[in-house]
Amino acid sequence: MSTLAHIFEQQGLITLTIGTVRPHIEKVRPPRGLVCDFPLGRPLGKPGDAQFQHDVLARLLALTAAEGPVLEDYPVTLADAEAAPLVCALPPRFSNNIHPAVDEAEGIKGAYERAVAQYGNRIGVGREIDVGQIPDAISAFVHIVEGADWRQAGIPGNPMRVAQDVRGYYQTAALVLADHSPGAWAGENWFYQHTETGKLMLELRSVLKAAGAPQSLWFYLSPGDRPA
Amino acid sequence: MSDSDIKGMVGELPCPEFPNPAFTPGKPLAQCRVAVVTSAALHHVDDEGFAARDDSFRILDAGRRDVQLGHWSPNFDRSGFAHDLNVVWPIDRLEELAARNVIKAVAPRHLAFAGNQDETMTSLRLDSGPAAAGLLIDDEVDVVVLTPV
Repeated sequence: MSTLAHIFEQQGLITLTIGTVRPHIEKVRPPRGLVCDFPLGRPLGKPGDAQFQHDVLARLLALTAAEGPVLEDYPVTLADAEAAPLVCALPPRFSNNIHPAVDEAEGIKGAYERAVAQYGNRIGVGREIDVGQIPDAISAFVHIVEGADWRQAGIPGNPMRVAQDVRGYYQTAALVLADHSPGAWAGENWFYQHTETGKLMLELRSVLKAAGAPQSLWFYLSPGDRPA
Repeated sequence: MSDSDIKGMVGELPCPEFPNPAFTPGKPLAQCRVAVVTSAALHHVDDEGFAARDDSFRILDAGRRDVQLGHWSPNFDRSGFAHDLNVVWPIDRLEELAARNVIKAVAPRHLAFAGNQDETMTSLRLDSGPAAAGLLIDDEVDVVVLTPV
């Protein structure tokens, strides 16, 4: 973002840059920058809080009055640790004949569709696979964890991209399964810690690493701070 | 999941430096048309998605809200944007500011890049970045709000 600010200013545009990773914005030094110590993925701070977003914008827009390069700090820090855990009621096991993760994914399909109808498909399925392929994708991941060669397990696309679609499917469904708006990283924590498929994805990551699969294949199956 | 751990990890990535930066003089906000440019790799549902290390940009129509997050990095929170797109693309907030005459107008077109670029950003600096600036100037944009993810 900060690099684009320099390019745009060279063309005569006034730029106002939000930076959420302090070392980056301090090094690239955009002409007018505001360090917002907010969770990654939330540069305006709080979803669903128009007043807070307006306050961030007001601080940012005020930088147009600067007579030279300026880098300021937004006075409020938002920490992910303050976020309440996401509480979602998952459907009970429906079929004992299929893997719990596949059963779970099929069980939340209705919630996923309700969430898409309410919020739009903003982070959901469709970039690599469609929603009908979710159970097959999870089945392929189960086969790998159970010992199959990842190249012959039937993953319906690029594994990293398929994993992103599966995560998006769950986090979209969670918007209507939850009893409150997700806090920062709460959706991810819920997926990886409390769902059968999320736990499977972490196990898959470890299995692929142990099997000597390329790092580019397994590393991006989950956020990078997760152990593998 | 720890935001500080992820920030520590990505904070070590190399960044370009600009020893002699340009600086465009400011002007009163009430005279400014404002656009948002984000590195969240947003695109409309019927537009082409982003490839890994894609250095092109997509146009976001100010009159539409059907946007998808096309960024391939797993290292940021997605639920916030899923719940409220304004937390990344504050289009409704800007329209409210225009309605209150705080700013002159909201630009008709906003832009999205993918943040995960190569280290040199050569194509961005020489090609797609200047092209994006030209598009914004064609729309008579004065101020650009840049948002990361």
